[in-house]
Amino acid sequence: MTSNSVFTGRHLPLLATAAIFALLFGAASWCYEGFFSARVITNLFSDNAFLGIAAVGMTLVIFSGGIDLSVGAVIGFTSIFTATLVMGHRVSPGVAWMLALIIGTGFGAAMGTLIHAFQLPPFLITLAGMFLARGMGFWLNTESVAINHPVYERLSNFDLALGNNVHFSANALFLLATVAVGYAIAHHTRFGRTLFAVGGNQQSALLMGLPVGAAKITVYAVNGFTAALAGIVATFYTGSGNSSLGLGLELDAIAIVVIGGTLLSGGRGHLLGTLLGILIFGTIQAAILFDGRLSSWWMRIVVGGLILVFILLQRFIVQGAARARRL
Amino acid sequence: MSKVETTYLPRRPRSPLIWIVAGLVVLIVVNLVKNPAFLSVSLLDGHLYGTPIDIFTQGSRAMLLALGMTLVIATGGVDLSVGSVVAIAGAACAILLRDGHGLFVTIGGAMGLGLLAGSVNGMLVARLGIQPIIATLILMVAGRGIAQLIVGGQVVFIANRNFEYLANGFLFGLPVAPLLVAAFYIAVHFFLRRTASGLFIEAVGDNETASRFAGLAAARVKALVYIFCGLCAGLTGVLAAANVRAGDAYRLGENAELDAIFAVVVGGTALTGGRFSILGSFLGAVLIQTLTITMYNLGVPPAVAPVPKAILIIGVSLLQSEKFRRWAGEILRGRGRALA
Repeated sequence: MTSNSVFTGRHLPLLATAAIFALLFGAASWCYEGFFSARVITNLFSDNAFLGIAAVGMTLVIFSGGIDLSVGAVIGFTSIFTATLVMGHRVSPGVAWMLALIIGTGFGAAMGTLIHAFQLPPFLITLAGMFLARGMGFWLNTESVAINHPVYERLSNFDLALGNNVHFSANALFLLATVAVGYAIAHHTRFGRTLFAVGGNQQSALLMGLPVGAAKITVYAVNGFTAALAGIVATFYTGSGNSSLGLGLELDAIAIVVIGGTLLSGGRGHLLGTLLGILIFGTIQAAILFDGRLSSWWMRIVVGGLILVFILLQRFIVQGAARARRL
Repeated sequence: MSKVETTYLPRRPRSPLIWIVAGLVVLIVVNLVKNPAFLSVSLLDGHLYGTPIDIFTQGSRAMLLALGMTLVIATGGVDLSVGSVVAIAGAACAILLRDGHGLFVTIGGAMGLGLLAGSVNGMLVARLGIQPIIATLILMVAGRGIAQLIVGGQVVFIANRNFEYLANGFLFGLPVAPLLVAAFYIAVHFFLRRTASGLFIEAVGDNETASRFAGLAAARVKALVYIFCGLCAGLTGVLAAANVRAGDAYRLGENAELDAIFAVVVGGTALTGGRFSILGSFLGAVLIQTLTITMYNLGVPPAVAPVPKAILIIGVSLLQSEKFRRWAGEILRGRGRALA
């Protein structure tokens, strides 16, 4: 009989992640003057907004037991595509964004179809997708293209002020909106439950009569959408389009998802864990910045170490829960 | 008496190598059309020069990485960290040479670091049972940082004639790097096929539980292939550093793991593990290198060159997929009834 207590195996990884975030933030606030401020906290959302949006889509894919290595390349492609349309062809940003989102979704759907219809390994197909998107982006333009447009000016100056010190930028709001929608999809829709079922045991899900194929193709399409959205938000953040954007971003996104407590094999996890993962990632970056002594490459080492810690934590929790069930 | 079904696509390819050789032939023909002197090799000062030689020289690092990667993939795993290990080993070479150490210490040190990296991966995968993608992802992410730590964020240049011989020198008229890699391949091939090790690796990859019941120390086999892969990556780091004459923690081994995985998969070893072919991986690496040179000769901007690679990966994956072959076979037979 599964207990509804929040301390059972199901939510334990999430709690552990929340604890680690609190610990990290607390330690940084202790060590560095001015770390514990509203500005630092809101910057956690703005600075990594596009990484976070991509991570939300990646979380859904990983729930279903798949993986998508192409998100970084899609971000790069989307940014240069948008910039080229707005600056080179005088297309209105709204139309450019629509087109970019459609292309991103279609791209994801195409990969999902190949993966499901022919039972090809997601790792390889999305790897090919990454090469394709990166190449397409570079074919559009190898240089960075700055975007000068009144809509962009307004967006970069946008500021939602709650009280004196709390200022949310447009990027941060996009991130929060995406997380909210992602949470609703994953935990309050049938589609979300199907994803967990497929990730847990695809064979069982098929035998239960769940629409496995449709779910898999849809989740890759959704991921393509979030990747394109992340690319658009990236253009807000950098004020330009650059096909080199997002190099290696897929790994950071996977790291965030894993740190958030989601099992890479699928079937288990929580979308709010990804939000915590984003916050932890941002905290480490901010801490390194505040320290000033540590060089930027320590970021990579710390992220690698964190992934290890969380993986080990997950293993012990899963093993412990299995042992408890057997008793 | 049942009717013998003729399919246009065989149920199982006679040998996956046929496709690679066919691909190579196509590429060579495309190149010959553009430049009839493509295959020409000339002898100057007792050294062989020419585009085919270049393919082997520039592709030697990818071939070496593919060798280690083949065995890892054959056990059903994958090693995403090889690129970062190449960077670590190359960075170590630069630092050791700069501090005046001899060639043996330098190369030994770099390969030792590769062994260490492989051991870490092996322990995570085999001893702790972590999924290979995530276990090697850890070192892939952290490894770049470690490499940068070793060189202190700078690009350290190498000015050692003996060390550069590994990249630029000639032995018996042929360049050293491909000779070294070829010797490695031959040695490993004999080791794998003349002892039971190759059989053990295939067994573990095919069905790990069954292999354990058959008495194999599956965990040990898995750990050993990761250690070997790390060793290959370490040696590749030495060759890479010699090639660019610098310890560049940012660029060394960039995307190397993807090219290695690509070469292995194209070479006929399935990502799920089991039967492997190091000859296939060797030819796969040659194919990638030839593809790169073809793109260059055709004037395709280098940034766009990944696109044909992507198409090739998809094509090869489709051909390896049972479902696709059945579907394509039915289409070709004119039945039109596609997937169930």
